[in-house]
Amino acid sequence: MPTTASKQEMLTRPDPMSYVFKAKKGLSEQVVREISHMKGEPSWMLDVRLRAYQTFLKKKNPAWGGDLSTIKFDDIYYYMKPVEKVFQSWGDVPPAIRTTYRRLGIPQAEQKYLSGVMAQYESEAVYHNLKDRMGKSGVIFEDMDTALKKYPEIIKKYFGRVIPAGDNKFAALNTGVWSGGSFVYVPAGVKVEFPLQAYFRINARNAGQFERTLIIAEPGSFVHYVEGCTAPVYTTDSLHSAVVEIIVKPGARVRYTTVQNWSKNVYNLVTKRSFVYEEGVMEWVDGNLGSKLTMKYPSVYLLGRKAHGEVLSIALAGAGQHQDAGGKAIHGAPETTSRIISKSIAKETGRTSYRGLVRVPRGMTGVKSNVVCDALLLDERSRSDTYPTMDIKESDVQIGHEASVGKIGEEQMFYLRSRGLSEPEAMNLIVSGFIEPIAKELPLEYAVELNRLIQLEMEGSVG
Amino acid sequence: MKYFEVKNLEAAAGKKHILKGINLSVGTGEIHAVMGPNGSGKSTLASVIMGHPGFTITRGSIRFSGKLINSLDPDERARLGIFLSFQYPSEVAGLSIEHFLRTAYNAIYHTKQLSVLEFHERFIVAANSLKLRHDLAERGLNDGFSGGEKKKLEILQLALLQPKLAILDETDSGLDIDALKTVASGVNRLRGESRTFIVITHYIRILKFIRPDRVHVMIDGRIVKSGGRELAQQVEKRGYDWLKKKE
Repeated sequence: MPTTASKQEMLTRPDPMSYVFKAKKGLSEQVVREISHMKGEPSWMLDVRLRAYQTFLKKKNPAWGGDLSTIKFDDIYYYMKPVEKVFQSWGDVPPAIRTTYRRLGIPQAEQKYLSGVMAQYESEAVYHNLKDRMGKSGVIFEDMDTALKKYPEIIKKYFGRVIPAGDNKFAALNTGVWSGGSFVYVPAGVKVEFPLQAYFRINARNAGQFERTLIIAEPGSFVHYVEGCTAPVYTTDSLHSAVVEIIVKPGARVRYTTVQNWSKNVYNLVTKRSFVYEEGVMEWVDGNLGSKLTMKYPSVYLLGRKAHGEVLSIALAGAGQHQDAGGKAIHGAPETTSRIISKSIAKETGRTSYRGLVRVPRGMTGVKSNVVCDALLLDERSRSDTYPTMDIKESDVQIGHEASVGKIGEEQMFYLRSRGLSEPEAMNLIVSGFIEPIAKELPLEYAVELNRLIQLEMEGSVG
Repeated sequence: MKYFEVKNLEAAAGKKHILKGINLSVGTGEIHAVMGPNGSGKSTLASVIMGHPGFTITRGSIRFSGKLINSLDPDERARLGIFLSFQYPSEVAGLSIEHFLRTAYNAIYHTKQLSVLEFHERFIVAANSLKLRHDLAERGLNDGFSGGEKKKLEILQLALLQPKLAILDETDSGLDIDALKTVASGVNRLRGESRTFIVITHYIRILKFIRPDRVHVMIDGRIVKSGGRELAQQVEKRGYDWLKKKE
């Protein structure tokens, strides 16, 4: 997500204290009101927030997925100005993360930014460059807070339409306390030729805890939005709960790429959904490397004839991690097609789960859907489960589902090692090959760094 | 001492004894054939020489270029210059052949590594000589390959990695006559004073194209007879039973 000029200005003020909002820990109606007040929001948004807060109170944690019992909602700051997030010292950043930065070859200025030691980064120039390139095409790319001020009527029309606050407890929480995130609007027929991302390592830190993203692609348009980064993002915030809503109008195409590598103390509970209309195409490409627990199932609601949706995901779970991920395809119109491909790797005590849903109501003829979920276990202590739900009420459909759980075989390792490759090198090549069908869909700089990251992980897991 | 020497080698898979005292000496630049019926332990011998972790050496020694290699890892043996052409090569989906081979080459020749372009030139030359299509470079390693394609790919690897000692384990099995000729001429081009071969085979067919200096017959974990090329012809005429009886 780009840093806007105004935010940047604020960050570089000599006396940040005068801008600091002294947030309390924990959540109350008062906190929700303060957040809205601090941002100078219109009253309708305050109403949206307050209603969502009430919904949050009523909703229970989901009983499925990962273990959420240790989240302490009262022990979380729900709103902080960016200036408050910094000022921790380099020495506080865990050595493991510092080592990874060094071995990934990330420049020191970026290391400090990613780990929250440094607040500023020269991303302003990059962002302005991006805006110049979009020129007069009419594309809007703003952070959500700014967008609410500049385009209140568009936001009011679409906010919460794809994911209502009542969808789940964490969507309600996000709607109540959201801050940051991106707003993208692509006018009819406009094809944005470069991925929208401020800078691939820098945008992640700006994302914040409860970011809210809304993308609207008018008929016949195209945009690729990229968020997150492959390098670990260190944060002391223990809960990241984003909402991403996307509307793909007839004949438009949106690709949304995420790579998350939150530090291993974070609960990453994200709701992502798109409405796709006639002959529109939505592609989610999702990489989950970090966090303690991720629960994320990007969804496509195919609402017009011949709409197409894809969810391609990679998950890597190391010691103590649980990646509960997958995708949903709701076929709400005839002749719609979907493809869900999930590749997961678990090692040490890591756990991966594929959780997915394909729904075809009666009357939705000519639907095609294909689901492939492959898991790779690197040792005896890792675990993988598959929870595919197929809710098919129409018979004139083609539905495919394949699932596999594999281990790296002794023969495979011997074969590669007989060619001169060390044990970690051999394992790295097998794992890279396993995720290749998805990794090749990532922007190049992400794919390269992902491979290096896996290489580092493999070195740690052998001998 | 010969370039490659196996002495009194005994090896087991778990509790099952398979190699029961192998003696084999191969000089530099020589080609030796090891023949034998199914289950005689030929492939186990190849795997044990390469360092397969599924077998335990219980007695004896393997020396290569004067160095005892019994306890070296497979990759250490490869870096010394030993190569095994597998009877059943493993498949690794998503791992492109050229990337894999360049990584392997640079691991073996780490002091004179090749760039992507330099390696690619060699890859194309080697692929041409084996009548392999160039788009092979981007395919996944053995992924969805036919038996014959896999065997050709093993010889392509041999040609690119340029080992000092190459063991060909049943390279002829599953090849039609044209493919066998291509593979054999590929091997013959690699023959030289400094490259040593051990050709493991059940049938004499491949030995008509790759002519060995010495022939050994292996039965039940032991080499029961050694001789010149005429021994292979005797096996072709009489089979293996007469050698078993002699036991």
